[in-house]
Order: sequence, then C-alpha cells, then structure tokens
Amino acid sequence: MEQTNSQLKNQDTKSHEWDTRLHHATKATHEDWIGRGISYFCIGIIILVVASMLWFITSKGIATFTQNHVSLWKFLSGTNWAPDQGQIGALPMILGSFAVTFAAAIVATPFALGTAIFMTEISPNRGRKFLQPVIELLVGIPSVVYGFIGLAVIVPFMRHVVGGSGFGIISATFVLFVMVLPTITSMTVDSLRAVPRFYKEASLALGATRWQTVSRVILRSATSGILTAIIFGMARAFGEALAVQMVIGNAAIMPKNLISPASTLTSQLTTGIGDTIDGTLPNNALWSLALILLLMSLFFNALVRFIAKRGQLKHER
Amino acid sequence: MNKGSKLAMGIAALSILLVGCGKATSSTSSKGSSEALSGKVTAVGSTALQPLAAKAGANFTAKNSKVNLTVQGGGSGTGLSQVQAGAVSIGDSDIFAEEKDGIKADKLTDHKVAVVGMAPVVNKDAGIKNLKMAQVKKIFTGKITNWKEVGGKDQKIVIINRAQGSGTRATFENAVLKGATAIKSQEQDSNGAVQKIVSTTPGAISYLAFSYFTNKLQAVSIDNVTPTDNNVQTNKWKIWSYEHMYTKGTPDKATAAFLKYMDSKAVQNSLVKDMGYISIHDMKVTKDAKGVVTQN
Repeated sequence: MEQTNSQLKNQDTKSHEWDTRLHHATKATHEDWIGRGISYFCIGIIILVVASMLWFITSKGIATFTQNHVSLWKFLSGTNWAPDQGQIGALPMILGSFAVTFAAAIVATPFALGTAIFMTEISPNRGRKFLQPVIELLVGIPSVVYGFIGLAVIVPFMRHVVGGSGFGIISATFVLFVMVLPTITSMTVDSLRAVPRFYKEASLALGATRWQTVSRVILRSATSGILTAIIFGMARAFGEALAVQMVIGNAAIMPKNLISPASTLTSQLTTGIGDTIDGTLPNNALWSLALILLLMSLFFNALVRFIAKRGQLKHER
Repeated sequence: MNKGSKLAMGIAALSILLVGCGKATSSTSSKGSSEALSGKVTAVGSTALQPLAAKAGANFTAKNSKVNLTVQGGGSGTGLSQVQAGAVSIGDSDIFAEEKDGIKADKLTDHKVAVVGMAPVVNKDAGIKNLKMAQVKKIFTGKITNWKEVGGKDQKIVIINRAQGSGTRATFENAVLKGATAIKSQEQDSNGAVQKIVSTTPGAISYLAFSYFTNKLQAVSIDNVTPTDNNVQTNKWKIWSYEHMYTKGTPDKATAAFLKYMDSKAVQNSLVKDMGYISIHDMKVTKDAKGVVTQN
C-alpha cells in the first residue's frame, strides 16, 4: 500500500487532478495503519508471553532429568515422593490428578446434560431468566471459597457417612463437581442451541415425541459440542489447585481407595513451592510436576480441536 | 478514535503490568545525605515470623517515614534463596541456613530475632494430655496407630504433617524423630490449616507453634514437661527454634537500623511477647546449627 502510493508519487508528480488525491494517505488509511499496528503489537506480546512461559517451564522442568540425572521413567513410575531424600516418584500425584478429574467429570456430566436440556428444550424461558444467572454465579465464586466450604461441610460429612478422616479423593470429587458443573453446563447449552432449528422441526413433524427428539436428534447432532464441554470441564478440574488442596489431604501416597488422603500435581506444587531452594532437586522436581500439568493442558486443548474438527466434517456431510 | 484510545490505555496498563512483574527486587540505595534514614528494605520468607516482622516493620516505618519497608511471606526456603540471590535485603527463616541444601550459609549473616516453641497437638476427643518422647516418635513413624496403645480412647490416629521442607516440620523432626523418617501422611502448608484440621478431625495429631494453641485442641506434654515459654528458655522443653533474619554481605543503613530495632528492648520485651514468641534476651541456653545446646 505504502509502496504503491510512493511509486505513484514518483512516476507522475504533476499529472491529472484525480490522482492528486492518491498522493498521500488519507486519514482513514492512517487509522487503518494504526489499528493494524496496535493489533500486531498486542498479538506479538501475547505470543511472546506464551512462548517464554512455555520455554521457562520446559527448561526448568527438564532440569530434574538433565542436571539431577533422574531417569524420566523413574520419575513417572516411581511411587515414593520424598524430594528432601532424593526420591521423586511422581506417580501418586499423577494418579491422584487423573482420579479426581475423571471422577468429577463422570459425576458432573449427567447433571450438566439434564440442566442444559431443561434450559434449551423443556423450559427455555425459565432457563434464561433463572438458571442462566445461577450458573453464571457458580462460575464467579472464587475457588478458595469452594475449598473452604469443602473443608467445613463436605469433609465432616464424608467422615460421618463413609468413615476415615474425611479427607480424600471423594471429597475432592464433590468439590470439583460443583466447580466444573457450570463450565460443562453453559458450554452444553451453547452447543444445544446451535443445533439447527429445522432438525427439531423435522423430527417433531415426523411424529417423534419430545423425548425422542431430544435424545435421538438434538443430543446426537450436538455430540461433538458436548464432548468439548466435558473436556473443558476436565481441564478445569485438572488444573484446580487451591480447593482440591484444602480437602484432599495432600498425602503423597498411592491412592488406595476414595476415602484415604491422596494428593494431586497441583496440591503438591502449592504446598511445596515455598519451602524449596532454587536450583536444588526438590525445587526442580516441582517444576517437573508443573511441566506435566502444562503438557496435559496442551493435550486437552489439542483434543478439543480434534473433536471440533471431526464435528464440523460430520455437519458438512 | 474512542476505540483507539481505549486500546492504547489497555496496552499501557499491560506494559506496566509486565514491567512491574519483572523487577520485584529491592534496591540498596540509601542516600546518606542527612540523618533521616531512607531506603528500601524487603523482608521475605518464613510465615511463622511474618506477623512479628510485619508489626515491628510498621512500628519502625512510623518512626522512619522515609524508609520503605515491605514484609512478605513465601516460606523459609523462599526467604533463604531470595536473600542468597541478592533479590531481597532480609531473608526470614525458621531454620538455620546450614540446614538447607543449596544455601551457602557462610555467605549469609544470621540475626536471631525471636524464639518459637512448638508442641504436639491432638484432637480433644483422643483423651491424651501427656506422652513419652519415644511414644511421639513411634506415632509419627507409624509404629503406633491407635490412641488406646498410649492410654487414650480406642480411636485410629490421624497424622497431619507439615509440608516437606517446612521449617516447623524440620524443627519438630530434629527434636523428636532424630533422623528417623516420618510415615507418609497428610501434609498441610500452614499453621492455620493444621490448627483447623486438628481441632475438627477426631484422632488427629500434629504439631504447632505455641502461639497457635487454642482451647479447641489439646497441647500435649512430653515426659510430663509442659510446653511453656519458661520451659523453652531453660531447654527443658526441647522442641523450639530460632526465628532468623538473614542478610547477605554488609547490610545497608536502613536494613541495619531495622535489624537493630528488632533486637531492641522495645521490640523484644513487648511486641515479641505480645505476639506469642519468646524473646531472644530471655533464653538461658544457646543452640547452634547442629542442634548442640549450651548454657549461656
């Protein structure tokens, strides 16, 4: 753009009236440049931040293996976590993280589906007026509040109902259930609303009941969106630190059952990071845990993209 | 136009944030032009020392308005590594620098500012008021698992530990376990969390600094010695540690003045005691980094 303008200027400086207007950029063009400059600047900064974070966590996280010469296999499969004594088997935390994540997703999905169907198909009006704000409120509650409620209500409740100390995977599951429910619900609502209206109309016109329409047409065609919603919920559960840490008990031992204390990658990170020294094995080991978390969230993102792509293909056919 | 200025503001805010994050360090600049003390002092580390340091810091800046003093938590490990890196002027720690791997203790200067006593605490329902030292050791190493084995109720023992590397845990394990390894159990990252969990969980045992005792939990005597300030001063009660403020090299004027203030009678005789610590001036014994205790 700039080039062509200046070329024009050089070629015929004293020519007809109509191209004198093109000799310098107009105000609108200037605004265009400024706008583009600002967006490129912002994008540049964001890319820089993301790239440097990836680089930072990766370089710190692999120090355990390059500097302290712990074998990767030992780190991933070892069950003894005692960094002060040089033992860094991370399997208990990895299992703990996956256990609470899957358990929370399994418990939350039916509730989220039911709520979403109610909000879109059964009673859209009440859904929009009443349930929507409730769900938005649930998203807005800080995780420390969930953790505190978990500690004050769920832990004693579990102690009375199932025994043990009350701290454990099951308490963490229930806290996370409430935390991922709004995420899964609101994304499911979006994907149900995105189902073309004529699918529903066609189905009803063919004589299908409302339940048949919902279960065989609407849910079926929104499957990829619902799966995406569940995975986003799982990503949130996997990364949640504070609330889980308050109710799971933080014992770096292999989870034997749902009611004995366990720990997750995040809970171990938050409890340990203040007491370790930069550059030593205990500190590097924590960075390696952070690296696993990062890789897992990249994996969740990739999975979402994969599902979205396949869903798109299906709709086009 | 309007959009443009909003965007520009956003960018400005973002860049301030980015720059701000980059340098949370202290400067050691103190322009000694007049008698008025000035400069920036940052004390970071131990959460056990934090309340005392913050209160004393507030009193100190009330008198020296030109000194910009910041006290932060973060843990003893953070304090020691930050002061070693030269990022802060004072590193607060519950343990001797010598006890921490990766810290070059000979590069740091130790200023002991208070003493903290710690004791085992149990849930009141366990029915325990006194234990033998050997019994406490057996409980934390997992050899005793029910309170009835030590004269309490028939109730399973729930051990609640502090996080590995925590200063309180190091002090407790040095005095009680003496090299034995604690059984893997629940870990909590603060005195406050331990206090809440022990007081509400039947059969729970943990350990706390004296200042965190409440009437909702039972502090345990060991070998019939009660956990009191007087017993710590004479080392009859063995589980205690210093609160350290470490500096690197020669501290600047403002930092030196603050450390001097911490050691003054104004702080040691009132503030330290009011906040549940034990004055360093009242100690009748001295403990070194290896744990050897000598009479003063």
